[in-house]
Amino acid sequence: MSARCLVQGTAQGDGLKLDDPLSFWGGFDSASGKVIDRFHPQHGACLSGTILFMERGRGSSSGASVLAEAIRLGTAPAALVLLDEDAIITTGALVAQMLYGIDCPVVAIRNKAEWQKLSALPRLLVKAGADKVVVTPQP
Amino acid sequence: MQLSATDREIINGDHGRAAADALGLVLKFAEAVGAERLLPCASSHVDGCLYHGQASLDFVERFVALEGRVKVPTTLSVGSVDLIHPELFIGDAALGAAGKRLMEAHIELGCTPSFTCAPYQTLLRPRLGDQLAWAESNAIVFANSVIGARTNRYGDFIDLACALTGRVPDYGLHRSENRRARAVVEMSGLTGAGADEAGGIAVAAGLVVGRECGDTIAAITGLPDCTSEDDLKALGAAAASSGSVAMFHAVGLTPEAPDLETATGGEDAPVVIRLEQQDISGILASLSTVTDGTPLTAVALGTPHFSLTEFDRLMPMLDLAPFAVPIYVNTGRHEWERLNADGRAQRLEDAGVTVVVDTCTYVTSIIRDLSGAVMTNSGKWAYYAPGNLGIDVAFGTLADTVLSAKAGRVVRA
Repeated sequence: MSARCLVQGTAQGDGLKLDDPLSFWGGFDSASGKVIDRFHPQHGACLSGTILFMERGRGSSSGASVLAEAIRLGTAPAALVLLDEDAIITTGALVAQMLYGIDCPVVAIRNKAEWQKLSALPRLLVKAGADKVVVTPQP
Repeated sequence: MQLSATDREIINGDHGRAAADALGLVLKFAEAVGAERLLPCASSHVDGCLYHGQASLDFVERFVALEGRVKVPTTLSVGSVDLIHPELFIGDAALGAAGKRLMEAHIELGCTPSFTCAPYQTLLRPRLGDQLAWAESNAIVFANSVIGARTNRYGDFIDLACALTGRVPDYGLHRSENRRARAVVEMSGLTGAGADEAGGIAVAAGLVVGRECGDTIAAITGLPDCTSEDDLKALGAAAASSGSVAMFHAVGLTPEAPDLETATGGEDAPVVIRLEQQDISGILASLSTVTDGTPLTAVALGTPHFSLTEFDRLMPMLDLAPFAVPIYVNTGRHEWERLNADGRAQRLEDAGVTVVVDTCTYVTSIIRDLSGAVMTNSGKWAYYAPGNLGIDVAFGTLADTVLSAKAGRVVRA
């Protein structure tokens, strides 16, 4: 697997695949954990505690603050599994770790077929370490 | 990661505790994005002074407590309140107070109190090839595309961390080989468009680039000959709203694209979409949530912040005053000072135009009557305001919006 760890940590939860990339700023409400972008196909979906599959980041760089605030509030996804690296999402999760000591692991799978296969799993465990990334199905 | 002598000094605390702490974040980030070294940073544009909750404030107060100072010229993007016209803020008082403190804390770190998303207009114009740590999606795409300076899509926190250390990771758009177009957006039959129409065409091109190209750099051919810097600003802002765009080339208009071959570095780049006149109106119509003729409660201009040349275009249109609904224009405080000095501020006020500085009408509570639709000439405002403010929106060119303000309903020039 060519996966890369962007932010370290361990998390498990139900898998949720976003059909389109989401801008956390303007597209996500940190108070409720829901998608509020009216153009997004999953408008209204709650992302809290999920292992969130998103191909890549999108939109305003303020997304990092919204994600960090959601991690502080406990409304954020438990982990983010991206296809490609995203700097804004990485930053939000790194800062929440720095300020509050809460881990929200972020990984980039970098292989479309592998990412798609994982995104179909109902429940997953994400272990993101400096040297090794493990994303496995959970019962 | 190759650490330079400067990096080691910062880690050792020779540049202060805040710089050492901030470099820890910069290095973790650099590792995540695959950078092998850090570069000296020419300037930073910080987007962290817009309040998104306690996390925004906790981060900055951490460096204030460590007595941090920015090491490079650092401008600030919009905040949550207009510090010059605080009475315009009609939102929650606690939120307003937290937003104000966030803006002040950044000034305590030595940032320039610019509070504009368009510092490149009057305040801090980077030079071609400068390595920057810029945040705010429109500023990023403008710096890369229209100026030819080099920044990645830095987010809140990293922008300030780079400013506090004077270092920026060497990856992505900092490197020449990653700045070439890999896709082409071909427009035809539009080169002769007039100035007002060119504004709408730029927004439509931007929306398409964001939607079709994502983070792949596009070269756009066939934009109107009269496409202005303000239009390119609107194009970039729209592209960065509908997609994760950090850079585009407008062939014949932007500095790294004198021709298509230079923009692509001589390599083949596929044409991903072709646009003609009739496509433009369809794309722009998709931005409006209401039909023509719908009553309006306000007009919102200046997202990104209005430039002095945009005010030049607006001023003659004020002959239509009085208007049926208020017109709000966001701009930077440096532009506002010039408008005051040359008497245009008074003319705007007399015509019933509210000039908003330091913030923007789509991110905060400024517009008093949101009971009906709001019209804008900004693709970015139209894209985000319905979600942020829970309102209906109509999109039009600058002339459309001013005529509609007069009519009190959506009309077209």
